[in-house]
Amino acid sequence: MVTKPSRKRDTSRKIEGGMFYALCLVGILISLVSLATLLFDAFQDGLPWLDVQFLTSFPSRFPGQAGILAALFGSIWVVGLTAILSFPIGVGAALYLEEYAPQNWLTSFIRLNIANLAGVPSIVYGILGLGLFVEALALGRSILAGALTMTLLILPVIIITSQEAIRSVPRAYREGAYALGATRWQVTRGIVLPQAFPGMLTGTILSLSRAIGEAAPMIAIAALVYVRFVPTGPLDRFTVMPIQIFNWVNLPQSEFRGLAAAGIIVLLVVLLGMNSIAIFIRNRYQKRAR
Amino acid sequence: MNTSNSATKARRQTQRTREYIIEKLLFASAIVSVFTTLAILGVLLFEAIGFFGQVSIVEFFTATQWTPLFAPQHFGVLPLVWGTILVTIIALAVAVPIGLGSAIFLSEYAPDRLRRVVKPLLEILAGVPTVVYGYFALTFVTPLLQNFFPQMIVFNALSAGLVMGVMIIPMVSSLSEDAMLAVPQSFREGAYALGARKHEVALKIVVPSALSGIVASFILAISRAIGETMIVSIAAGSTPKLTLNPLESIQTMTGYITQISLGEAPFGSLEYKTIFSVGVTLFLMTLVVNLIGQWVAKRYWRRY
Repeated sequence: MVTKPSRKRDTSRKIEGGMFYALCLVGILISLVSLATLLFDAFQDGLPWLDVQFLTSFPSRFPGQAGILAALFGSIWVVGLTAILSFPIGVGAALYLEEYAPQNWLTSFIRLNIANLAGVPSIVYGILGLGLFVEALALGRSILAGALTMTLLILPVIIITSQEAIRSVPRAYREGAYALGATRWQVTRGIVLPQAFPGMLTGTILSLSRAIGEAAPMIAIAALVYVRFVPTGPLDRFTVMPIQIFNWVNLPQSEFRGLAAAGIIVLLVVLLGMNSIAIFIRNRYQKRAR
Repeated sequence: MNTSNSATKARRQTQRTREYIIEKLLFASAIVSVFTTLAILGVLLFEAIGFFGQVSIVEFFTATQWTPLFAPQHFGVLPLVWGTILVTIIALAVAVPIGLGSAIFLSEYAPDRLRRVVKPLLEILAGVPTVVYGYFALTFVTPLLQNFFPQMIVFNALSAGLVMGVMIIPMVSSLSEDAMLAVPQSFREGAYALGARKHEVALKIVVPSALSGIVASFILAISRAIGETMIVSIAAGSTPKLTLNPLESIQTMTGYITQISLGEAPFGSLEYKTIFSVGVTLFLMTLVVNLIGQWVAKRYWRRY
Protein backbone atom coordinates (compact mmCIF):
# COMPACT_ATOMS: atom_id res chain seq x y z
CA MET A 1 0.00 0.00 0.00
CA VAL A 2 1.43 3.33 -1.07
CA THR A 3 0.24 6.14 1.13
CA LYS A 4 -0.49 9.55 -0.28
CA PRO A 5 2.31 11.67 1.25
CA SER A 6 5.02 9.25 0.16
CA ARG A 7 3.71 9.30 -3.40
CA LYS A 8 3.79 13.08 -3.31
CA ARG A 9 7.37 13.00 -2.08
CA ASP A 10 8.20 10.57 -4.83
CA THR A 11 6.84 12.96 -7.47
CA SER A 12 8.81 15.85 -6.04
CA ARG A 13 11.95 13.73 -6.07
CA LYS A 14 11.24 12.90 -9.68
CA ILE A 15 10.91 16.59 -10.54
CA GLU A 16 14.06 17.36 -8.59
CA GLY A 17 15.93 14.70 -10.56
CA GLY A 18 14.64 16.07 -13.85
CA MET A 19 15.70 19.58 -12.96
CA PHE A 20 19.15 18.44 -11.90
CA TYR A 21 19.57 16.55 -15.16
CA ALA A 22 18.52 19.65 -17.09
CA LEU A 23 21.05 21.79 -15.19
CA CYS A 24 23.91 19.42 -16.00
CA LEU A 25 22.81 19.29 -19.62
CA VAL A 26 22.74 23.10 -19.77
CA GLY A 27 26.30 23.10 -18.40
CA ILE A 28 27.64 20.98 -21.20
CA LEU A 29 25.55 22.82 -23.79
CA ILE A 30 27.00 26.17 -22.72
CA SER A 31 30.52 24.85 -23.37
CA LEU A 32 29.60 23.48 -26.77
CA VAL A 33 27.65 26.58 -27.83
CA SER A 34 30.58 28.78 -26.74
CA LEU A 35 32.95 26.75 -28.87
CA ALA A 36 30.62 26.96 -31.87
CA THR A 37 30.08 30.72 -31.43
CA LEU A 38 33.79 31.37 -31.00
CA LEU A 39 34.68 29.55 -34.20
CA PHE A 40 31.74 30.99 -36.11
CA ASP A 41 32.62 34.54 -35.00
CA ALA A 42 36.24 34.21 -36.13
CA PHE A 43 35.38 32.59 -39.47
CA GLN A 44 32.64 35.07 -40.23
CA ASP A 45 34.90 38.07 -39.56
CA GLY A 46 38.01 36.60 -41.12
CA LEU A 47 37.02 34.72 -44.25
CA PRO A 48 36.48 37.86 -46.38
CA TRP A 49 40.07 38.90 -45.61
CA LEU A 50 41.66 35.52 -46.19
CA ASP A 51 43.24 35.35 -49.64
CA VAL A 52 46.58 34.69 -51.31
CA GLN A 53 47.55 38.32 -50.85
CA PHE A 54 47.03 37.97 -47.06
CA LEU A 55 49.25 34.90 -46.93
CA THR A 56 52.06 36.46 -48.98
CA SER A 57 52.25 40.00 -47.59
CA PHE A 58 54.09 41.72 -44.77
CA PRO A 59 52.31 43.84 -42.15
CA SER A 60 51.25 47.22 -43.39
CA ARG A 61 49.58 50.40 -42.20
CA PHE A 62 47.00 49.85 -44.93
CA PRO A 63 44.67 46.97 -44.04
CA GLY A 64 44.17 46.08 -47.69
CA GLN A 65 47.88 45.40 -48.18
CA ALA A 66 48.68 43.75 -44.85
CA GLY A 67 49.45 40.06 -44.50
CA ILE A 68 50.75 37.40 -42.17
CA LEU A 69 53.81 36.16 -44.09
CA ALA A 70 56.49 37.33 -41.62
CA ALA A 71 54.55 35.99 -38.62
CA LEU A 72 53.84 32.66 -40.30
CA PHE A 73 57.53 32.10 -41.02
CA GLY A 74 58.45 33.40 -37.57
CA SER A 75 56.16 30.80 -36.00
CA ILE A 76 57.59 28.04 -38.19
CA TRP A 77 61.15 29.02 -37.23
CA VAL A 78 60.40 29.17 -33.51
CA VAL A 79 58.44 25.92 -33.44
CA GLY A 80 61.00 24.11 -35.63
CA LEU A 81 63.90 25.11 -33.39
CA THR A 82 61.85 24.36 -30.28
CA ALA A 83 61.13 20.87 -31.60
CA ILE A 84 64.84 20.19 -32.23
CA LEU A 85 65.79 21.44 -28.76
CA SER A 86 62.94 20.06 -26.67
CA PHE A 87 62.43 16.54 -28.04
CA PRO A 88 65.86 15.07 -27.14
CA ILE A 89 66.01 16.80 -23.76
CA GLY A 90 62.43 15.86 -22.85
CA VAL A 91 62.82 12.24 -23.91
CA GLY A 92 66.23 12.02 -22.22
CA ALA A 93 64.82 13.34 -18.96
CA ALA A 94 61.87 10.94 -19.11
CA LEU A 95 64.15 7.97 -19.83
CA TYR A 96 66.36 8.93 -16.93
CA LEU A 97 63.45 9.26 -14.52
CA GLU A 98 61.77 6.01 -15.57
CA GLU A 99 64.70 3.70 -16.41
CA TYR A 100 67.76 4.99 -14.60
CA ALA A 101 66.95 7.15 -11.61
CA PRO A 102 67.64 5.66 -8.20
CA GLN A 103 64.95 6.08 -5.53
CA ASN A 104 66.47 8.94 -3.60
CA TRP A 105 65.74 12.50 -2.53
CA LEU A 106 67.21 13.99 -5.72
CA THR A 107 64.89 11.97 -7.95
CA SER A 108 61.79 12.85 -5.99
CA PHE A 109 62.92 16.47 -5.96
CA ILE A 110 63.26 16.44 -9.76
CA ARG A 111 59.78 14.91 -10.07
CA LEU A 112 58.19 17.47 -7.74
CA ASN A 113 60.04 20.21 -9.55
CA ILE A 114 58.72 19.15 -12.97
CA ALA A 115 55.17 19.07 -11.61
CA ASN A 116 55.59 22.58 -10.25
CA LEU A 117 57.14 23.91 -13.47
CA ALA A 118 54.10 22.70 -15.40
CA GLY A 119 52.01 25.10 -13.29
CA VAL A 120 54.15 28.22 -13.76
CA PRO A 121 52.29 30.82 -15.89
CA SER A 122 53.66 31.12 -19.41
CA ILE A 123 54.37 34.83 -19.03
CA VAL A 124 56.82 34.02 -16.21
CA TYR A 125 58.77 31.92 -18.72
CA GLY A 126 58.73 34.97 -20.95
CA ILE A 127 60.28 37.05 -18.15
CA LEU A 128 62.84 34.29 -17.56
CA GLY A 129 63.76 34.26 -21.24
CA LEU A 130 64.00 38.05 -21.28
CA GLY A 131 66.36 38.13 -18.31
CA LEU A 132 68.37 35.00 -19.16
CA PHE A 133 68.54 34.55 -22.93
CA VAL A 134 67.85 38.02 -24.29
CA GLU A 135 69.88 39.96 -21.76
CA ALA A 136 72.34 37.82 -19.74
CA LEU A 137 73.38 35.51 -22.61
CA ALA A 138 73.14 38.46 -25.04
CA LEU A 139 71.17 36.55 -27.67
CA GLY A 140 69.05 39.66 -28.22
CA ARG A 141 65.40 39.52 -29.17
CA SER A 142 66.16 36.68 -31.57
CA ILE A 143 64.43 33.53 -32.80
CA LEU A 144 66.94 31.48 -30.81
CA ALA A 145 66.04 33.28 -27.57
CA GLY A 146 62.37 32.67 -28.36
CA ALA A 147 62.91 28.97 -29.12
CA LEU A 148 64.97 28.41 -25.96
CA THR A 149 62.24 30.04 -23.88
CA MET A 150 59.57 27.94 -25.58
CA THR A 151 61.68 24.83 -24.96
CA LEU A 152 61.76 25.46 -21.21
CA LEU A 153 58.02 26.18 -21.30
CA ILE A 154 56.96 22.91 -22.94
CA LEU A 155 59.61 20.59 -21.45
CA PRO A 156 57.55 19.66 -18.35
CA VAL A 157 54.64 18.55 -20.53
CA ILE A 158 56.90 16.57 -22.90
CA ILE A 159 58.61 14.89 -19.95
CA ILE A 160 55.32 13.96 -18.28
CA THR A 161 53.74 12.54 -21.46
CA SER A 162 56.95 10.68 -22.37
CA GLN A 163 57.05 9.16 -18.88
CA GLU A 164 53.52 7.89 -19.40
CA ALA A 165 54.53 6.37 -22.75
CA ILE A 166 57.53 4.66 -21.13
CA ARG A 167 55.42 3.33 -18.26
CA SER A 168 53.05 1.65 -20.72
CA VAL A 169 55.88 -0.63 -21.95
CA PRO A 170 55.34 -3.99 -20.19
CA ARG A 171 57.87 -4.79 -17.47
CA ALA A 172 58.30 -8.33 -18.88
CA TYR A 173 59.87 -7.04 -22.12
CA ARG A 174 62.63 -5.36 -20.16
CA GLU A 175 63.22 -8.34 -17.92
CA GLY A 176 63.45 -10.66 -20.91
CA ALA A 177 66.16 -8.50 -22.40
CA TYR A 178 68.05 -8.20 -19.13
CA ALA A 179 67.90 -11.99 -18.76
CA LEU A 180 69.69 -12.28 -22.11
CA GLY A 181 72.51 -10.17 -20.68
CA ALA A 182 71.64 -6.83 -22.24
CA THR A 183 73.00 -3.68 -20.61
CA ARG A 184 70.71 -0.95 -19.36
CA TRP A 185 71.21 1.22 -22.44
CA GLN A 186 70.68 -1.75 -24.76
CA VAL A 187 67.35 -2.43 -23.05
CA THR A 188 66.41 1.25 -23.14
CA ARG A 189 67.37 1.71 -26.79
CA GLY A 190 66.30 -1.65 -28.13
CA ILE A 191 63.15 -2.34 -26.13
CA VAL A 192 61.77 0.72 -24.35
CA LEU A 193 62.43 3.47 -26.87
CA PRO A 194 60.86 1.81 -29.95
CA GLN A 195 57.75 0.86 -27.97
CA ALA A 196 57.33 4.25 -26.34
CA PHE A 197 58.38 6.35 -29.34
CA PRO A 198 54.94 6.98 -30.92
CA GLY A 199 53.56 8.08 -27.54
CA MET A 200 56.50 10.42 -27.04
CA LEU A 201 56.10 11.84 -30.52
CA THR A 202 52.37 12.42 -30.05
CA GLY A 203 52.96 14.19 -26.74
CA THR A 204 55.67 16.36 -28.26
CA ILE A 205 53.57 17.37 -31.26
CA LEU A 206 50.66 18.28 -28.99
CA SER A 207 52.97 20.42 -26.81
CA LEU A 208 54.38 22.10 -29.91
CA SER A 209 50.88 22.90 -31.09
CA ARG A 210 50.33 24.56 -27.73
CA ALA A 211 53.57 26.45 -28.22
CA ILE A 212 52.49 27.77 -31.61
CA GLY A 213 49.44 29.40 -30.01
CA GLU A 214 51.35 30.93 -27.06
CA ALA A 215 51.51 34.68 -27.28
CA ALA A 216 52.45 35.90 -23.81
CA PRO A 217 56.04 34.61 -23.48
CA MET A 218 56.81 35.53 -27.08
CA ILE A 219 55.70 39.12 -26.50
CA ALA A 220 58.17 39.37 -23.61
CA ILE A 221 60.97 38.05 -25.88
CA ALA A 222 60.18 39.58 -29.26
CA ALA A 223 58.32 42.71 -28.11
CA LEU A 224 56.14 44.25 -30.77
CA VAL A 225 58.20 44.82 -33.85
CA TYR A 226 57.18 45.65 -37.31
CA VAL A 227 58.81 42.73 -39.10
CA ARG A 228 58.84 43.31 -42.83
CA PHE A 229 61.15 40.43 -43.76
CA VAL A 230 61.20 36.64 -43.65
CA PRO A 231 63.78 35.55 -41.04
CA THR A 232 66.80 33.78 -42.55
CA GLY A 233 68.68 32.63 -39.45
CA PRO A 234 68.20 31.86 -35.76
CA LEU A 235 69.66 35.20 -34.67
CA ASP A 236 67.22 37.33 -36.67
CA ARG A 237 64.48 39.33 -35.02
CA PHE A 238 61.04 37.87 -35.47
CA THR A 239 57.35 37.96 -34.76
CA VAL A 240 54.91 35.06 -34.46
CA MET A 241 51.27 34.63 -35.50
CA PRO A 242 49.69 35.16 -32.05
CA ILE A 243 51.63 38.43 -31.59
CA GLN A 244 50.54 39.63 -35.02
CA ILE A 245 46.91 38.75 -34.23
CA PHE A 246 47.19 40.52 -30.87
CA ASN A 247 48.61 43.58 -32.60
CA TRP A 248 45.78 43.72 -35.13
CA VAL A 249 43.10 43.24 -32.44
CA ASN A 250 44.51 46.23 -30.58
CA LEU A 251 44.42 48.63 -33.52
CA PRO A 252 41.41 50.94 -33.47
CA GLN A 253 40.34 50.68 -37.14
CA SER A 254 37.74 47.95 -37.57
CA GLU A 255 39.40 46.62 -40.78
CA PHE A 256 42.26 45.32 -38.68
CA ARG A 257 39.78 43.24 -36.66
CA GLY A 258 39.06 41.41 -39.92
CA LEU A 259 42.77 40.85 -40.44
CA ALA A 260 43.06 39.53 -36.89
CA ALA A 261 40.24 37.09 -37.56
CA ALA A 262 41.90 35.98 -40.81
CA GLY A 263 45.11 35.44 -38.83
CA ILE A 264 43.15 33.37 -36.32
CA ILE A 265 41.87 31.15 -39.14
CA VAL A 266 45.42 30.56 -40.39
CA LEU A 267 46.58 29.79 -36.84
CA LEU A 268 43.69 27.36 -36.26
CA VAL A 269 44.36 25.60 -39.57
CA VAL A 270 48.03 25.13 -38.62
CA LEU A 271 46.96 23.81 -35.20
CA LEU A 272 44.44 21.44 -36.76
CA GLY A 273 47.14 20.14 -39.10
CA MET A 274 49.55 19.46 -36.22
CA ASN A 275 46.86 17.78 -34.11
CA SER A 276 45.80 15.60 -37.05
CA ILE A 277 49.40 14.41 -37.44
CA ALA A 278 49.49 13.56 -33.73
CA ILE A 279 46.20 11.66 -33.92
CA PHE A 280 47.36 9.88 -37.09
CA ILE A 281 50.53 8.67 -35.36
CA ARG A 282 48.56 7.56 -32.31
CA ASN A 283 45.99 5.60 -34.35
CA ARG A 284 48.61 3.94 -36.55
CA TYR A 285 50.50 2.87 -33.48
CA GLN A 286 47.39 1.57 -31.73
CA LYS A 287 46.50 -0.57 -34.75
CA ARG A 288 49.99 -2.02 -34.92
CA ALA A 289 50.03 -2.77 -31.21
CA ARG A 290 46.85 -4.78 -31.62
CA MET B 1 92.93 -17.45 -26.94
CA ASN B 2 94.74 -14.82 -24.98
CA THR B 3 94.26 -12.13 -27.65
CA SER B 4 90.55 -12.80 -28.05
CA ASN B 5 90.17 -12.64 -24.29
CA SER B 6 91.78 -9.23 -24.11
CA ALA B 7 89.67 -8.09 -27.07
CA THR B 8 86.52 -9.05 -25.18
CA LYS B 9 87.84 -7.23 -22.17
CA ALA B 10 88.51 -4.12 -24.24
CA ARG B 11 85.05 -4.30 -25.77
CA ARG B 12 83.51 -4.61 -22.34
CA GLN B 13 85.52 -1.62 -21.24
CA THR B 14 84.25 0.58 -24.09
CA GLN B 15 80.74 -0.68 -23.44
CA ARG B 16 81.03 0.29 -19.81
CA THR B 17 82.32 3.73 -20.75
CA ARG B 18 79.46 4.16 -23.20
CA GLU B 19 76.91 3.15 -20.58
CA TYR B 20 78.45 5.62 -18.15
CA ILE B 21 78.43 8.52 -20.62
CA ILE B 22 74.83 7.84 -21.67
CA GLU B 23 73.62 7.71 -18.10
CA LYS B 24 75.28 11.05 -17.39
CA LEU B 25 73.74 12.57 -20.54
CA LEU B 26 70.26 11.42 -19.57
CA PHE B 27 70.81 12.73 -16.06
CA ALA B 28 71.86 16.07 -17.55
CA SER B 29 68.54 16.27 -19.47
CA ALA B 30 66.62 15.57 -16.29
CA ILE B 31 68.50 18.17 -14.30
CA VAL B 32 67.61 20.88 -16.88
CA SER B 33 64.29 21.23 -15.09
CA VAL B 34 65.98 21.96 -11.79
CA PHE B 35 68.13 24.60 -13.47
CA THR B 36 64.99 26.10 -15.00
CA THR B 37 63.51 26.61 -11.54
CA LEU B 38 66.78 28.04 -10.25
CA ALA B 39 66.98 30.34 -13.28
CA ILE B 40 63.41 31.57 -12.76
CA LEU B 41 64.15 32.33 -9.11
CA GLY B 42 67.56 33.81 -9.93
CA VAL B 43 66.38 36.11 -12.72
CA LEU B 44 63.26 37.26 -10.87
CA LEU B 45 65.06 37.88 -7.59
CA PHE B 46 68.13 39.52 -9.15
CA GLU B 47 66.08 42.10 -11.06
CA ALA B 48 63.52 42.50 -8.28
CA ILE B 49 66.26 43.22 -5.74
CA GLY B 50 67.49 45.96 -8.08
CA PHE B 51 63.95 47.30 -8.16
CA PHE B 52 63.53 47.20 -4.39
CA GLY B 53 66.79 49.15 -4.07
CA GLN B 54 64.92 52.05 -5.67
CA VAL B 55 61.39 51.47 -4.38
CA SER B 56 60.57 50.54 -0.81
CA ILE B 57 59.21 47.02 -0.50
CA VAL B 58 56.67 48.25 2.06
CA GLU B 59 55.32 50.79 -0.41
CA PHE B 60 55.18 48.10 -3.11
CA PHE B 61 52.97 45.77 -1.08
CA THR B 62 50.82 48.35 0.75
CA ALA B 63 50.34 51.46 -1.43
CA THR B 64 47.09 51.57 -3.33
CA GLN B 65 48.17 53.29 -6.54
CA TRP B 66 50.14 51.84 -9.46
CA THR B 67 51.34 54.57 -11.81
CA PRO B 68 54.91 53.76 -12.84
CA LEU B 69 54.52 55.24 -16.31
CA PHE B 70 53.63 58.83 -15.42
CA ALA B 71 54.43 61.40 -12.76
CA PRO B 72 53.87 61.31 -9.87
CA GLN B 73 55.06 57.69 -9.91
CA HIS B 74 53.43 55.33 -7.45
CA PHE B 75 54.48 51.71 -7.02
CA GLY B 76 51.69 50.00 -5.10
CA VAL B 77 51.07 46.58 -6.60
CA LEU B 78 47.69 46.07 -4.87
CA PRO B 79 45.54 47.43 -7.74
CA LEU B 80 47.18 44.93 -10.11
CA VAL B 81 46.76 42.07 -7.62
CA TRP B 82 43.14 43.05 -7.11
CA GLY B 83 42.54 43.18 -10.87
CA THR B 84 43.83 39.63 -11.10
CA ILE B 85 41.63 38.49 -8.20
CA LEU B 86 38.52 40.19 -9.61
CA VAL B 87 38.89 38.54 -13.02
CA THR B 88 39.68 35.20 -11.37
CA ILE B 89 36.50 35.38 -9.26
CA ILE B 90 34.36 36.07 -12.34
CA ALA B 91 36.07 33.24 -14.25
CA LEU B 92 35.50 30.79 -11.41
CA ALA B 93 31.85 31.84 -11.11
CA VAL B 94 31.50 30.60 -14.70
CA ALA B 95 33.84 27.63 -14.74
CA VAL B 96 33.00 25.97 -11.40
CA PRO B 97 29.24 25.39 -11.85
CA ILE B 98 29.41 24.74 -15.59
CA GLY B 99 32.52 22.58 -15.35
CA LEU B 100 31.09 20.57 -12.47
CA GLY B 101 27.72 20.18 -14.21
CA SER B 102 29.47 18.99 -17.38
CA ALA B 103 31.55 16.54 -15.36
CA ILE B 104 28.50 15.09 -13.61
CA PHE B 105 26.68 14.83 -16.93
CA LEU B 106 29.60 13.06 -18.61
CA SER B 107 30.37 10.71 -15.74
CA GLU B 108 26.84 9.87 -14.49
CA TYR B 109 24.32 10.52 -17.26
CA ALA B 110 25.84 10.51 -20.73
CA PRO B 111 25.67 7.28 -22.72
CA ASP B 112 29.03 6.06 -23.91
CA ARG B 113 28.48 7.11 -27.52
CA LEU B 114 27.61 10.69 -26.58
CA ARG B 115 30.61 10.92 -24.28
CA ARG B 116 32.90 9.85 -27.11
CA VAL B 117 31.63 12.80 -29.19
CA VAL B 118 31.55 15.43 -26.44
CA LYS B 119 34.93 14.80 -24.80
CA PRO B 120 37.00 15.56 -27.94
CA LEU B 121 34.94 18.72 -28.45
CA LEU B 122 35.82 19.86 -24.93
CA GLU B 123 39.45 19.06 -25.71
CA ILE B 124 39.22 21.36 -28.73
CA LEU B 125 37.87 24.09 -26.45
CA ALA B 126 40.92 23.56 -24.24
CA GLY B 127 43.29 23.71 -27.21
CA VAL B 128 42.11 27.02 -28.66
CA PRO B 129 44.92 29.61 -28.31
CA THR B 130 44.22 32.23 -25.68
CA VAL B 131 44.65 35.08 -28.16
CA VAL B 132 41.55 33.71 -29.94
CA TYR B 133 39.61 33.88 -26.67
CA GLY B 134 40.77 37.47 -26.28
CA TYR B 135 39.48 38.30 -29.75
CA PHE B 136 36.17 36.64 -28.88
CA ALA B 137 35.86 38.61 -25.62
CA LEU B 138 36.53 41.96 -27.27
CA THR B 139 34.62 41.59 -30.54
CA PHE B 140 31.69 39.38 -29.51
CA VAL B 141 31.08 39.23 -25.77
CA THR B 142 31.63 42.91 -24.98
CA PRO B 143 29.20 44.22 -27.67
CA LEU B 144 26.70 41.58 -26.53
CA LEU B 145 26.96 42.66 -22.87
CA GLN B 146 26.72 46.32 -23.82
CA ASN B 147 23.13 45.64 -24.86
CA PHE B 148 22.38 44.82 -21.23
CA PHE B 149 24.76 47.29 -19.56
CA PRO B 150 24.83 50.41 -21.75
CA GLN B 151 27.19 52.15 -19.32
CA MET B 152 29.82 49.41 -19.74
CA ILE B 153 33.22 50.47 -21.05
CA VAL B 154 34.71 48.67 -24.08
CA PHE B 155 37.58 47.31 -22.00
CA ASN B 156 36.17 45.74 -18.83
CA ALA B 157 36.75 43.04 -16.26
CA LEU B 158 33.43 41.28 -16.87
CA SER B 159 33.92 40.20 -20.51
CA ALA B 160 37.48 39.10 -19.84
CA GLY B 161 36.42 37.13 -16.77
CA LEU B 162 33.45 35.44 -18.45
CA VAL B 163 35.50 34.34 -21.44
CA MET B 164 38.34 33.20 -19.21
CA GLY B 165 35.74 31.13 -17.37
CA VAL B 166 34.75 29.44 -20.63
CA MET B 167 38.42 28.78 -21.32
CA ILE B 168 38.94 26.90 -18.03
CA ILE B 169 35.67 24.90 -18.14
CA PRO B 170 37.38 21.94 -19.90
CA MET B 171 40.06 21.84 -17.22
CA VAL B 172 37.53 21.71 -14.37
CA SER B 173 35.27 19.24 -16.16
CA SER B 174 37.94 16.78 -17.27
CA LEU B 175 39.75 16.65 -13.90
CA SER B 176 36.48 16.44 -11.94
CA GLU B 177 35.23 13.72 -14.26
CA ASP B 178 38.40 11.71 -13.70
CA ALA B 179 37.84 12.00 -9.96
CA MET B 180 34.21 10.88 -10.28
CA LEU B 181 35.10 7.94 -12.50
CA ALA B 182 37.53 6.82 -9.79
CA VAL B 183 34.64 6.45 -7.30
CA PRO B 184 34.01 2.69 -6.97
CA GLN B 185 30.88 1.45 -8.75
CA SER B 186 29.83 -0.39 -5.58
CA PHE B 187 29.21 2.97 -3.84
CA ARG B 188 26.62 3.82 -6.48
CA GLU B 189 25.05 0.39 -6.42
CA GLY B 190 24.71 0.51 -2.64
CA ALA B 191 22.80 3.78 -2.90
CA TYR B 192 20.56 2.49 -5.67
CA ALA B 193 19.78 -0.57 -3.57
CA LEU B 194 18.53 1.76 -0.84
CA GLY B 195 16.16 3.34 -3.35
CA ALA B 196 18.12 6.48 -4.28
CA ARG B 197 17.43 8.24 -7.55
CA LYS B 198 20.14 9.10 -10.06
CA HIS B 199 20.50 12.73 -9.00
CA GLU B 200 20.67 11.69 -5.36
CA VAL B 201 23.46 9.22 -6.15
CA ALA B 202 25.31 11.95 -8.06
CA LEU B 203 24.93 14.63 -5.41
CA LYS B 204 25.07 12.61 -2.20
CA ILE B 205 27.43 9.77 -3.11
CA VAL B 206 29.61 10.55 -6.13
CA VAL B 207 30.37 14.23 -5.58
CA PRO B 208 31.21 13.88 -1.86
CA SER B 209 33.40 10.82 -2.55
CA ALA B 210 35.28 12.63 -5.30
CA LEU B 211 35.36 15.92 -3.42
CA SER B 212 39.09 16.34 -2.97
CA GLY B 213 39.71 15.61 -6.67
CA ILE B 214 37.01 18.12 -7.58
CA VAL B 215 38.46 20.73 -5.22
CA ALA B 216 41.92 20.10 -6.69
CA SER B 217 40.51 20.85 -10.15
CA PHE B 218 39.08 24.14 -8.86
CA ILE B 219 42.44 25.10 -7.39
CA LEU B 220 44.24 24.31 -10.64
CA ALA B 221 41.64 26.45 -12.40
CA ILE B 222 42.45 29.34 -10.03
CA SER B 223 46.12 28.98 -10.87
CA ARG B 224 45.38 29.01 -14.61
CA ALA B 225 43.17 32.08 -14.24
CA ILE B 226 45.80 33.99 -12.27
CA GLY B 227 48.46 33.32 -14.91
CA GLU B 228 46.28 33.81 -17.99
CA THR B 229 47.58 36.73 -20.00
CA MET B 230 46.19 37.30 -23.47
CA ILE B 231 42.45 37.52 -22.68
CA VAL B 232 43.01 40.22 -20.05
CA SER B 233 45.60 42.04 -22.17
CA ILE B 234 43.11 42.30 -25.02
CA ALA B 235 39.79 42.75 -23.26
CA ALA B 236 40.24 43.98 -19.67
CA GLY B 237 41.94 47.33 -20.27
CA SER B 238 45.05 48.94 -18.82
CA THR B 239 43.92 51.03 -15.86
CA PRO B 240 45.04 49.49 -12.56
CA LYS B 241 42.20 50.14 -10.17
CA LEU B 242 40.83 48.99 -6.81
CA THR B 243 37.22 48.63 -7.86
CA LEU B 244 34.40 46.21 -7.17
CA ASN B 245 32.59 47.15 -10.36
CA PRO B 246 33.27 44.55 -13.07
CA LEU B 247 31.96 46.88 -15.78
CA GLU B 248 35.01 49.11 -15.38
CA SER B 249 38.37 48.90 -17.07
CA ILE B 250 41.03 47.32 -14.84
CA GLN B 251 44.50 45.81 -15.22
CA THR B 252 45.90 42.50 -14.02
CA MET B 253 49.51 41.65 -13.17
CA THR B 254 49.87 39.69 -16.39
CA GLY B 255 48.26 42.49 -18.38
CA TYR B 256 50.74 44.98 -16.98
CA ILE B 257 53.74 42.79 -17.84
CA THR B 258 52.49 42.50 -21.42
CA GLN B 259 51.92 46.23 -21.70
CA ILE B 260 55.50 47.04 -20.64
CA SER B 261 56.98 44.21 -22.75
CA LEU B 262 55.30 45.57 -25.87
CA GLY B 263 57.00 48.90 -25.45
CA GLU B 264 60.50 47.38 -25.39
CA ALA B 265 61.42 49.09 -22.13
CA PRO B 266 65.18 49.85 -22.15
CA PHE B 267 67.21 47.25 -20.21
CA GLY B 268 68.03 48.33 -16.68
CA SER B 269 65.50 51.17 -16.47
CA LEU B 270 63.16 51.30 -13.48
CA GLU B 271 60.26 50.69 -15.86
CA TYR B 272 61.98 47.50 -17.11
CA LYS B 273 62.55 46.31 -13.54
CA THR B 274 58.87 46.66 -12.64
CA ILE B 275 58.22 43.66 -14.95
CA PHE B 276 60.31 41.53 -12.62
CA SER B 277 58.88 42.83 -9.35
CA VAL B 278 55.35 42.19 -10.64
CA GLY B 279 56.59 38.87 -12.04
CA VAL B 280 57.85 37.76 -8.61
CA THR B 281 54.47 38.58 -7.09
CA LEU B 282 52.69 36.60 -9.82
CA PHE B 283 55.08 33.66 -9.52
CA LEU B 284 54.66 33.45 -5.75
CA MET B 285 50.88 33.64 -5.97
CA THR B 286 50.64 30.79 -8.47
CA LEU B 287 53.24 28.75 -6.59
CA VAL B 288 51.24 28.91 -3.37
CA VAL B 289 48.02 28.01 -5.19
CA ASN B 290 49.72 25.10 -7.00
CA LEU B 291 51.21 23.72 -3.80
CA ILE B 292 47.79 23.80 -2.13
CA GLY B 293 46.35 22.03 -5.17
CA GLN B 294 49.00 19.29 -5.05
CA TRP B 295 48.42 18.82 -1.34
CA VAL B 296 44.66 18.41 -1.85
CA ALA B 297 45.14 16.07 -4.83
CA LYS B 298 47.54 13.88 -2.86
CA ARG B 299 44.99 13.44 -0.08
CA TYR B 300 42.49 12.31 -2.68
CA TRP B 301 44.77 9.69 -4.26
CA ARG B 302 45.41 8.16 -0.88
CA ARG B 303 41.77 7.46 -0.24
CA TYR B 304 40.96 4.61 -2.65
